[in-house]
Amino acid sequence: MIVGDLSRRELGKCLAEGGLKLQFGPFNLTVRSNLDSFAALAHQLYEPYPLADAAEISDFHVEISAPRGPRRLIRSQACFGVDGQFPFAPYTVEHAFPALEWGINWCVATRAHHLLLLHSAGVERNGRAMLFPASPGYGKSTLCTALVHSGWRLLSDEFGMVKPEDGLLLPMPRLIPLKNESIDVIREFRPEAIIGPSFLGTRKGTVAHVRPPQESIRRAQEPARPRWFVFPRWVANAPLTLEPIPKSQAFLMVATNAFNYDVLDEIAFRLVTEMIFSCDSYSLIYSKLDEAVNVLDEISSAGDD
Amino acid sequence: MTRAVSETRRVQRLLLSALRGPETLQSMPLSDWDLLLRMARRARVLGRLESDLARSGLLGIIPTRAAAHLRAARNVIAHRNTLISWEVNRLLWALKGIDVPLILLKGTAYLLAELPPARGRIFADVDLLVPEDRIGAIEERLVERGWFKTQIDPYDDRYYRVWMHEIPPLRHRERGTEIDIHHRLLPRTSHLKSEPGSLFAAARPLADPRLKVLAPTDMVLHALVHLFLEGDPDEGLRLRDLLDVHDLLCHHGEDPGFWHSLGPRARALGFERPLYYGLQHAQRLFETPIPADVLRGLDDAAPFWPVRKLMCRLIHLALLPEHPDHPSRWATVARWLIYVRAHWLRMPPGLLARHLSHKAWLRFRGYRKRVDLAQLDLKQQ
Repeated sequence: MIVGDLSRRELGKCLAEGGLKLQFGPFNLTVRSNLDSFAALAHQLYEPYPLADAAEISDFHVEISAPRGPRRLIRSQACFGVDGQFPFAPYTVEHAFPALEWGINWCVATRAHHLLLLHSAGVERNGRAMLFPASPGYGKSTLCTALVHSGWRLLSDEFGMVKPEDGLLLPMPRLIPLKNESIDVIREFRPEAIIGPSFLGTRKGTVAHVRPPQESIRRAQEPARPRWFVFPRWVANAPLTLEPIPKSQAFLMVATNAFNYDVLDEIAFRLVTEMIFSCDSYSLIYSKLDEAVNVLDEISSAGDD
Repeated sequence: MTRAVSETRRVQRLLLSALRGPETLQSMPLSDWDLLLRMARRARVLGRLESDLARSGLLGIIPTRAAAHLRAARNVIAHRNTLISWEVNRLLWALKGIDVPLILLKGTAYLLAELPPARGRIFADVDLLVPEDRIGAIEERLVERGWFKTQIDPYDDRYYRVWMHEIPPLRHRERGTEIDIHHRLLPRTSHLKSEPGSLFAAARPLADPRLKVLAPTDMVLHALVHLFLEGDPDEGLRLRDLLDVHDLLCHHGEDPGFWHSLGPRARALGFERPLYYGLQHAQRLFETPIPADVLRGLDDAAPFWPVRKLMCRLIHLALLPEHPDHPSRWATVARWLIYVRAHWLRMPPGLLARHLSHKAWLRFRGYRKRVDLAQLDLKQQ
């Protein structure tokens, strides 16, 4: 069953009462909300996502709700809650949707320490994954969005989740949040991309969410083996440059950019070492998305030989 | 009884029976696992469950999702343990040449003395007890060697230095680990008089003779004083700390003479009331094997019956985590009362009124100061 099988009313009731049980890759989430505006957006943007089995364990119980007590009378706000606790400052109710999405990222980054969490976007083709480790602002979400609308499968735009047991990457094809100029860049690059409403004036600027292609969501339980590391950087008007990076340098760039490299200690060292040995690493500077997509396609088909 | 109340009791029983014996988890339905994981996370005992299950060889048969959460808890704990042990190593390096007994307290002591409460437990920072007249020298040396005094406002600095039992925490510039240096177990201003001299005399050396831990009875009493007097109005009394007490009692209870000396030692230090409450609740919640004569011997340490009944109820409410979907007003009230009581015991009424009103003001102001999720660097978590 998927979210789209529920009517808008059923979904609202679900969110307001027991919670909507979603499956995002390896995680089950129970989402609650008493906000009508949130329910409408969830119905639209989460439409193709599978519902988790009602009897299954939920990994995170999150909510985005109007605050309790007198504050709700003063201003309409939304608070992100996890397990009944509200650890963060409230948002204006208009930003409830991106707030929940950030909240879910926070849950994964602070709790999923059974996995190595690289700060990296990831896409897959023919069973082989390409990872884009980068800090915010380097254009990894934009590049990743372009690729998943050009024949690649989305693993994740934020977390490179490596399973310690076999070194495979676990997909979590959630909505991709685009910021500011990137939104129009993608609209122009792929007019058919499904993009949610723009949330203006959030604390990260304007944010709009791209829904990954159905295929990526349908194959969310299929892991992939890492094959390439590409360290992307968008630079205005720069000519396309793709250069191999020595393994020692790539190792440091991956390790220092991970969410929980030090928490996982030896396990993390072993996993990153194995990945670096089995992957080719490149640095990529680009200004035009189609050029970047083409050159990455070439790398991946060269690997087919 | 409303559904919320009966559900709350049910999940609390679930948590307690899991802590008493992991065998009960073998045939548990998935929906109960879901609740147990949330309760255990709130009570900070996920790592403990992992360790219990691993010891009984049951990790392989629990649901995969539950195992992933427990594995994550274990990884974090292993990492924190490495940090704490390394911090103690660096402390010894930094304090070389300063001849001072360093008594490790709480988690640091359990970890380095390899005591049972260290199993599956997460530690925040390093706690030390040192003679008060040596604090200046120690603080100065640590600041010379890479630690710094954390930025706190003048009120808090004065609060620590004039009234408290510890100085403001020191943090290492690169590692970020905090060290709490204590010179006594309770604030100077506390009603419970605790002169630290006899603690130093009774402390036991570890394999590295520069490090010591409190004697068994003192260690139990300190765990209890910490549990009952250092509360947090949001968190209540920490079940995790009572579990430490249970572990210590089971472990040290095997030593001949431990049980006989516990009561008298508590009276000598002025801690008989916390000991009374602690033993009652450890026995009630964890079925700690406590000799009947030890409990009887403390009967006169209990307050008279209406207060005793009320306190028992409040402590119980403040100790057990609530059902995450059914917060209880009574539990909130109990946590507040226990918090105010703890402060009442920590300082005289005038000072208390001043301090709590200052804290209330900060809370009021701090409402808008909560962390902004969007600005958070997830890598720092």
